[in-house]
Amino acid sequence: MKILSSLAMAASLSVIALTGAFAVEPNEMLQDPALEARAREVSQHLRCVQCQNETIDESNAQIARDMRILVRQQIMNGDTNEEIIDYMVSRYGDYVLLKPRFQTNTLILWFGPFVVLLVGGFVVVRRMRTASNTAAMAPLSDDERAAIGNVMPPGDDAK
Amino acid sequence: MTDQTAQPEQTATRRWPYLIPLIVLLALGGVFGKRLLDIQQGKDVSLIPTVLLDTPVPDLNLPPLPGRGEALTTADLKGEVTLVNIWGSWCIACLSEHPLLLSIKEEGFVPVHGIAWRDDPEQSLRWLARHGDPYSKIGQDPRSEAAIAFGVTAAPETFIVDKEGVIRYKQTGPITPEIWRATMKPLIDELKK
Repeated sequence: MKILSSLAMAASLSVIALTGAFAVEPNEMLQDPALEARAREVSQHLRCVQCQNETIDESNAQIARDMRILVRQQIMNGDTNEEIIDYMVSRYGDYVLLKPRFQTNTLILWFGPFVVLLVGGFVVVRRMRTASNTAAMAPLSDDERAAIGNVMPPGDDAK
Repeated sequence: MTDQTAQPEQTATRRWPYLIPLIVLLALGGVFGKRLLDIQQGKDVSLIPTVLLDTPVPDLNLPPLPGRGEALTTADLKGEVTLVNIWGSWCIACLSEHPLLLSIKEEGFVPVHGIAWRDDPEQSLRWLARHGDPYSKIGQDPRSEAAIAFGVTAAPETFIVDKEGVIRYKQTGPITPEIWRATMKPLIDELKK
């Protein structure tokens, strides 16, 4: 039985190890796999405040490790994922979020690309239209007038 | 399609949309340029503005260093203007502000409370014996709970807390004599009134 469970442990560890960078040490982990999974999910949303471009889940910085432990403590205290993330934001600001929230000061982040696409599309459509219109309305060149003059005798339309 | 110059008026009125990319480019250049200039002038661009300004200090109940006074609690940060300094014996940058903290203590200008962050208490005590002890009370924070509650990213960090226990200023990194004279001291004078 003991061998079986340690085998299962080894298997799950190797699965976790294969899913990317991973800084959580075995002694940090929660006993309950469901709670541990929640801790990892929360950790993957939080940015290491010392290393800028890593989640606390990936970072080996001391402060990231302490934040991971705090996340697990808060899970054990019965806090929801949202509450834990809110607490970190109340301490470090939006900076601590790796994915920006949908709020007034991030609207430009969320909608900027679509606005650029719309404006660009509008400009392209306008250009294509004017291009075809000008082609249709281009006045006759002297050569073209002469050619018409050859076919139609002048003053013919006055009849 | 071939002869675009045939309509001078029409192309003139349509010319301004072509300026949009140029304007966008210049604006972006300005933003990036400012950032580069800041870096060149030695401004710390990794600073995270604190969201804790004008909010009450977090709840604290930090055990003292063995044989050195009582625990540091939230009550210690109310009733008078205080400084809270996050520090550790492992922190090299902390040494550079240490003489300033000692002189504040000597002057009796404002109480400085210390949070011994992620430190071995024996090491903290040895460090204080060696370099001098500017602190009124010291609380231990071995698991960063207080540090995280204060939104600390790296030691040293120093907070000015007013009489009501509200955070009024955060200094990230060592307090230089210039920052002390120009910013922190005047603010404390103001808050003391």
